[in-house]
Amino acid sequence: MQTSFTVNGTARTVDVPDDMPLLWILRDEIGLTGTKYGCGIAQCGACTVHLDGLAVRACQVEARELSGVEVTTIEGLGTPAVPHPVQAAWIETQVAQCGYCQSGQIMQAASLLAGNPDPTDADIDAAMSGNLCRCGTYPRIRAAVRLAIQKQGS
Amino acid sequence: MSRLRTVSRRTFLVGSAAIAGGVAFGTYVARKPISNPLLDGLSDGEAAITPYVKIDATGITLITPRADMGQGSYSMQAHLIAEELDIDPGTATITPGMPGPAYFNGTVLQEAVPFPAYDESAIAEAMRDFMAVPAKVFEIQLTGGSSTVPDSFVNLRMAGAVARETLKEAAAQRHGIGRNELTTEDGYVILPDGTRIAYNALAADAAAIVPVQDITLRPSSAWKRLGRPTRRTDMVAKCTGTEVYGIDFAIEGMVFAAVRANPAIGGDVVSFDAAPAAGIAGVEKVLPVSHGLAVVANNTWTAFKAANAINIVWGPATYPETSAAIFDTLEAAVDNPDAFDHRKRNDGNVDASLTKGDVIEAAYRIPYLAHAPMEPMNAIVRVSDEVCEIWTGTQIPLFIRNKAAAMTGLDRSNVHVHVLPMGGSFGHRLEMRHVEQAVEIAIALKGVPVKLTWSREEDMTHDYVRPAAVARGRGRVVDGKVETFDLSVGQSAMSPEWFGRLTGLSIPGPDATITTGSWDQPFAIPNYRVTGYRAPAMVPVSSWRSVGASGNGFLHDSFLDELIHAAGADPLAERIRLCQHETSRMVLEAVGEMSGWDGPSMGKNRGRGVGFCMSFGVPVAQVIEITNTDRGIKIDKVYVAVDIGEVLDPVNLEAQVTGGVIFGLGHAMNCEMTYDNHAAQQTNYHAYEGMRLYQTPQIEVKALTNGSRIRGIGEPGVPPAAPALANAIFAATGQRIRELPLHKHIDFV
Repeated sequence: MQTSFTVNGTARTVDVPDDMPLLWILRDEIGLTGTKYGCGIAQCGACTVHLDGLAVRACQVEARELSGVEVTTIEGLGTPAVPHPVQAAWIETQVAQCGYCQSGQIMQAASLLAGNPDPTDADIDAAMSGNLCRCGTYPRIRAAVRLAIQKQGS
Repeated sequence: MSRLRTVSRRTFLVGSAAIAGGVAFGTYVARKPISNPLLDGLSDGEAAITPYVKIDATGITLITPRADMGQGSYSMQAHLIAEELDIDPGTATITPGMPGPAYFNGTVLQEAVPFPAYDESAIAEAMRDFMAVPAKVFEIQLTGGSSTVPDSFVNLRMAGAVARETLKEAAAQRHGIGRNELTTEDGYVILPDGTRIAYNALAADAAAIVPVQDITLRPSSAWKRLGRPTRRTDMVAKCTGTEVYGIDFAIEGMVFAAVRANPAIGGDVVSFDAAPAAGIAGVEKVLPVSHGLAVVANNTWTAFKAANAINIVWGPATYPETSAAIFDTLEAAVDNPDAFDHRKRNDGNVDASLTKGDVIEAAYRIPYLAHAPMEPMNAIVRVSDEVCEIWTGTQIPLFIRNKAAAMTGLDRSNVHVHVLPMGGSFGHRLEMRHVEQAVEIAIALKGVPVKLTWSREEDMTHDYVRPAAVARGRGRVVDGKVETFDLSVGQSAMSPEWFGRLTGLSIPGPDATITTGSWDQPFAIPNYRVTGYRAPAMVPVSSWRSVGASGNGFLHDSFLDELIHAAGADPLAERIRLCQHETSRMVLEAVGEMSGWDGPSMGKNRGRGVGFCMSFGVPVAQVIEITNTDRGIKIDKVYVAVDIGEVLDPVNLEAQVTGGVIFGLGHAMNCEMTYDNHAAQQTNYHAYEGMRLYQTPQIEVKALTNGSRIRGIGEPGVPPAAPALANAIFAATGQRIRELPLHKHIDFV
């Protein structure tokens, strides 16, 4: 099927099977590889993107659901030169080890803070526990979310 | 204060030359000059000053040959060079370069010497130095064993210093002044009049002169970068989605492949029907690979889908069908004289002591564990009649090169392995099955770049796992003290199996990894014995973060804790009393201070446990505090003390230790790989969770620097976590759990 949607502000049209997941459309069709494949079954969160502003697992969104939506990926959240406050907090806190899950972690955290600028510790734990990190960067993820809250408040 | 053994350049050179008389491998091969991959393909104006620094008109390139799986080794290697070269590593290009024998790892085999790490006698040290010879001869360019910093600490700083002094010499000759009148700063040589000459303006001159060799490395007191918090050079890319991992890499014209290999690992394909796969739009080809089938398609998702659609009748594996049968086999090996492998610890007279009665006995089990890094295995391979090119994230580039050469019939010099950033490994990338499959497909599609990606399910079910093991402990306590400790461990032999897979060679003799982390602990117990028993090879096994100590840390320290409790002694005080190694004792004392230790009990429903393991020469002690809530065990806090001799980057040290603790705890609580009908039953993260954020405790880390050598910290944080938690559970509940994962016996919040 042919479908048109927006990725990071750019209009895109792809011609793919209607059940092809957004994850693979981004990676193999559009060439945006910041969104990662980890499990394919919504258990790890490495493929988290924003769909119309909400964090979703791109491995669970099929082509047939994409018509007209706005997708933001890690590449569209901020850039190395102009990082989003959450990315800046991540860099300052030196969160990443292997870094493979961090695109998804950052997209999840950005979505949390967009909807809840002052989350409690329990809110943070609840929002971030669907994102797996095999290196165990969780203490710094907590610290970076806290720092991002400060940055956004100032 | 750090008390590192002074390592002069002379010992470094002598270490790699004067030990060449080694009988085991012969002097000729050991003395053979090592080819330098950087001298190939240099263009005019480039000056390859040492194998680790390249300077040309475009800037400075630092070559960091040890792989980065996430432990920060690229950044650390770059900082080691930069400290002496006087550049900001953030301004340099950092690349692993092309693999080459010159980058052999002289340290990683040191763990194989028959002396515990705390033994610093002359003979033990000489044996460690000698292990660089086989590493060089077998061209072991390998990342593992927490060896990157120990192996690079002198070499890379020396590389930077030689480069710096040679650039100064070039400037000195150009301006007719003495080298000692010049200084360097941020990539410039500075003349006495303040004129600044960029390094790359001196590169051509520097290439024409003999490198300066009379170097004294700067003392740690003069360091400007090392020893302070640093910013990892890969951090911005990893936080902005711009780091290009192996799975992200693309080659013009590449096709996408997936495989389905027999989940009964090593079993054959009996028959198959590819029609359902071939009918899927986008599928270009279905073809056989060893023990399975491959699909080539126009994207990864289609390749996955088509691979799953093939109907395949699998043949059996050679190992037992079920986990129950596997554990029966392990039980049959332990304490069976016919399966005896080694006894590297045998102090006092254990047998005589145990005949005196009141023997305390315990039996333990630890499961197979998958590595399951976030990035599934992948490789891009292109094979032509002349050359084989491979792009992949790997810890073993030269083993891959050699295997691909054998498979393609090409000369090794025509196989190029491009090492890419890795989304984790934990030892998974010490294997190369996925690369072999990609080479097989690429041979069939000659000239076409083939990108093979394993699905998560393929990755989990074909993980060469951490060995499962069983252990039996027997001991006695006398007058409130541990008198006798006897531990027998039975498992399959990992090292010869792994080395055989990589090289086709067999290693004779015992496999120390069966008891590493048990036999080599720094305790003086009057009667103290550790014996390894070798079970047959079953599910293929491999190195898993902290290797032998990953399991032995739990086995040894759990049984020690049981004996201490039976003696009525304090778990921390008795470990300190038994400890015969000052550096380790100070680590135990430090964790006691950090945690305010005043015994294992902390009031109603609370408790704390201590765990200790020395691995890769690093003593690590952990105290874990827990609460037994009505919803299960909650881990409140973890205190960790380590000693690595010298802290090069406190920020990354904390990251590696906390990550290691979480890795250790998550698997101890939640993870096992089990087998039915020969196949792994845990096929994705839903059944293999590790730790998630909500379960993560606060972790406080303290690094001491009393040790006499610099050590790596990627692995040693892992082993004490499991026993410290199990010991804490005992303290809080009275329940002694002797089998991992713990969640089989107790709930966690």
